[in-house]
Amino acid sequence: MADHILSMSNIYKNFAGVRALQGVAFDLYPGEVHALLGENGAGKSTLIKIITGVHQPDDGDIVLYGEPVKFDDPRASQRQGIAAIYQEPSLFPDLDIAENIFVGRQPTRAGGQVAWSQMYHAASELLNSLGVHLDPRTKARNLSVAQQQMVEIARALSVQAKILIMDEPTSSLTLAEVDDLFRIVNQLRDAGTAIVFISHRLEELFELADRVTVLRDGAYVDTKLISEVTTESLIQMMVGRQLSDLFPKLDVEAGDIVLQVECLSRDGAFQDVSFTLRQGEILGMAGLVGAGRTDVARAIFGVDAITGGRVIINGQPVTINSPQQAMRLGLAYVPEDRQHHGLVLPMHISHNITLPILSEFASQGWLDTGQEQQSATEAATQMEVKAAGLWQRVRELSGGNQQKVVLAKWLATKPRILILDEPTRGIDVGTKAAVHGLMSQLASQGMAILMISSELPEILGMSDRILVMREGRLTGQFSRTEATQEKIMLAATQAVEQV
Amino acid sequence: MTTQPSDTSGQSIFLTLARFREVGITVFIVLLMILVSLRSPNFLTLDNFEDILLNISILAIVALAQTMVIITRGIDLSVGSMIGLVAMMVSFVLLEHPEMSPWLAVLLGMLIGCALGCFNGFIITVGGVPPIIATLGTLSVYRGAVFLYSQGTWVNAFEMPQSFKLLAKGTPFGLPNLVIFAVVIAAIIYYFLNYTRPGRDIYAVGSNPAAAQVAGIRVQRTIFMVYVISGLLCGLAGVLWASRFEAAQTNTALGFELQTVAAAVVGGVNIFGGSGTVSGVLLGALLLGIINNALTLVRISPFWQLAAQGSLILLAVIVDSMILRRLQQTLSGRKTA
Ligand SMILES: Nc1ncnc2c1ncn2[C@@H]1O[C@H](COP(=O)(O)OP(=O)(O)OP(=O)(O)O)[C@@H](O)[C@H]1O
Ligand SMILES: [Mg+2]
Repeated sequence: MADHILSMSNIYKNFAGVRALQGVAFDLYPGEVHALLGENGAGKSTLIKIITGVHQPDDGDIVLYGEPVKFDDPRASQRQGIAAIYQEPSLFPDLDIAENIFVGRQPTRAGGQVAWSQMYHAASELLNSLGVHLDPRTKARNLSVAQQQMVEIARALSVQAKILIMDEPTSSLTLAEVDDLFRIVNQLRDAGTAIVFISHRLEELFELADRVTVLRDGAYVDTKLISEVTTESLIQMMVGRQLSDLFPKLDVEAGDIVLQVECLSRDGAFQDVSFTLRQGEILGMAGLVGAGRTDVARAIFGVDAITGGRVIINGQPVTINSPQQAMRLGLAYVPEDRQHHGLVLPMHISHNITLPILSEFASQGWLDTGQEQQSATEAATQMEVKAAGLWQRVRELSGGNQQKVVLAKWLATKPRILILDEPTRGIDVGTKAAVHGLMSQLASQGMAILMISSELPEILGMSDRILVMREGRLTGQFSRTEATQEKIMLAATQAVEQV
Repeated sequence: MTTQPSDTSGQSIFLTLARFREVGITVFIVLLMILVSLRSPNFLTLDNFEDILLNISILAIVALAQTMVIITRGIDLSVGSMIGLVAMMVSFVLLEHPEMSPWLAVLLGMLIGCALGCFNGFIITVGGVPPIIATLGTLSVYRGAVFLYSQGTWVNAFEMPQSFKLLAKGTPFGLPNLVIFAVVIAAIIYYFLNYTRPGRDIYAVGSNPAAAQVAGIRVQRTIFMVYVISGLLCGLAGVLWASRFEAAQTNTALGFELQTVAAAVVGGVNIFGGSGTVSGVLLGALLLGIINNALTLVRISPFWQLAAQGSLILLAVIVDSMILRRLQQTLSGRKTA
């Protein structure tokens, strides 16, 4: 192998009392994919932000192309050929796709005039190479989460960097999109680009990575060749103990029908969706991103208006026009887009959690803050939220821990019907098992759960029954025993007629 | 994952219309013009329109400056005071040197404005003071400077050289110079905002400051820049103001900041930053001009004028947002998710 392109040693970083990194080492060769692995809050994102100059280390050495460097801002690292996709969405909602890709580096003509047509052309080509067919003139605010992710990937690729860093690029993508991405990453690797790759999906690491570095609680654990490790040994390194059961699904006797959806339609989003959900049941909803699953959930929860069909709860036909109404009927909906719909980022963890149930602590207009704290603490402990304290601002949490706060918030409402949209996106394996255990436990206590997920192992492992959607229609329905990966993929991708 | 619009012709007309952000305010202007011309035959005359244009030229220039500031999520409340201070200082210099070229006066005004804008930008970026507070402060400071500088006196029409008065009112090109100034400035700003990187950075910074930082855009520098531009244009506006009204008083352009914000917002500039167009703001300024003109023409009692003006502005914003929402709904209904 050639010489190091980047090597970091003894990196320390503190945030106001939180020790995010304690003596971490990391190195990178040209033409390799180096995975970074660790639980939520282990310090992965912090480490890569130090590489790109978003954060400055308190201590430690960074050597780039053989020279010691110190980046004051991301601009400096970009000039040295480092490009990054960050975990948190960093698009500009008011700008169109093309400009989001080339922001700050718009192609210009001789006199410095921005060459729009050239920019649109380049953006189209880039998107096509990613297998995405979007009009580059579309404003970013009109894109789905997956589409936004693809635009961020396109932005990073447009730089033609020597070092490409990707912090959980795949968490909101479907298999086909992940394949496209991996194909391109492999091409870049062959062309000599060094790639840092973060993902909580271990199978992706085995598919893509050459080496893996594991962090635990801000400390450096080890760096290994991917051929030297197994799933079990990686988990062992990450959490410091063995994980026994990844999908701890309990068998629950399904009770009465609590939610019945009949021929539900919303023009332009989905048509004729019918299904039932029983007490104690976990109903999985599979399909490609964009199949309309989120739209169905939003319509049931009263966020979007429906244009046909009806919803029946506990045998009573209901019209739900707002989320407040849905909550009164015992529904809860955990959205997929946590940054925009799930959290108030500048508020404390505890206030985020108790937001939907504040009225419970109010008497004669005053809040019983003691009770509020207790409730928040309970929910946060259940979800294993890792933070300096419940007074910490959600904005300062690691990505995975933000997701846990969203879950804790909705569990605190003690709903009878829980709709989860990609519940374990961006959550590490250990917590994932905990979330799954919790879902299973809630179901056994009689909660009805509708779980939308693009991860097939999760769907297969957790669901009593499985629905498959494709292009706004239900295209398959399987029981736990008859479902297989192949059957679901077939229903999700091919024009199978209504079952 | 496709959002490709299908190609039925009715739909594509709709799409083009919806992309044209200014459709709501245009409709409102046309309606208002029809109504007013029914009441007052003098409204739809060339003379009257020249008058309207003359009246909104300075507003348009400063509203465009205000727009750039608002796009970055800021606001410049000191524009009125900057105009007043520049008008006063330049007029006093002209008293001393009546032979001075009016263009030199323009240059001088812009230099002073630039310095005032730099001070605003400095407090906001280096001092970290929120724009609304910083410029609220300099609003008073600059207005106070007008009093200190003039010692409470003012400059009258007869004291100003003829050449300077012609700066705004001369018509060597058919239209009054003032209108031509506004058109040229608008064209420059249009080019700057749409075809230069610093101009595009303004939108990026306003749309998502954190992402702009991470994308390597110099956020603080961009913010500093918009306040300097605002100062520069207020400097120009101050000189033009003195020339047009042939006077500089201690209350010159008092309260003007509110009109500039109104023109920008009526013109579709998002008050929370990130978006706004030159054409929209020009229409916004035009609408304000037409409202003022119409209220005089249809002879509304002066007691009612201010209230009527405000109500019409509110109505415009409401009509605009209603039309926009309808268009968007129809649009998203047609889009496959
Ligand atoms: N800006 C900040 N202010 C305060 N604390 C922070 C900040 N950024 C990160 N932290 C803390 O640093 C620790 C490491 O966070 P980091 O985002 O690096 O984790 P991560 O490994 O990327 O986790 P995840 O898998 O959840 O994304 C966490 O405890 C987090 O709360
Ligand atoms: Mg992270």
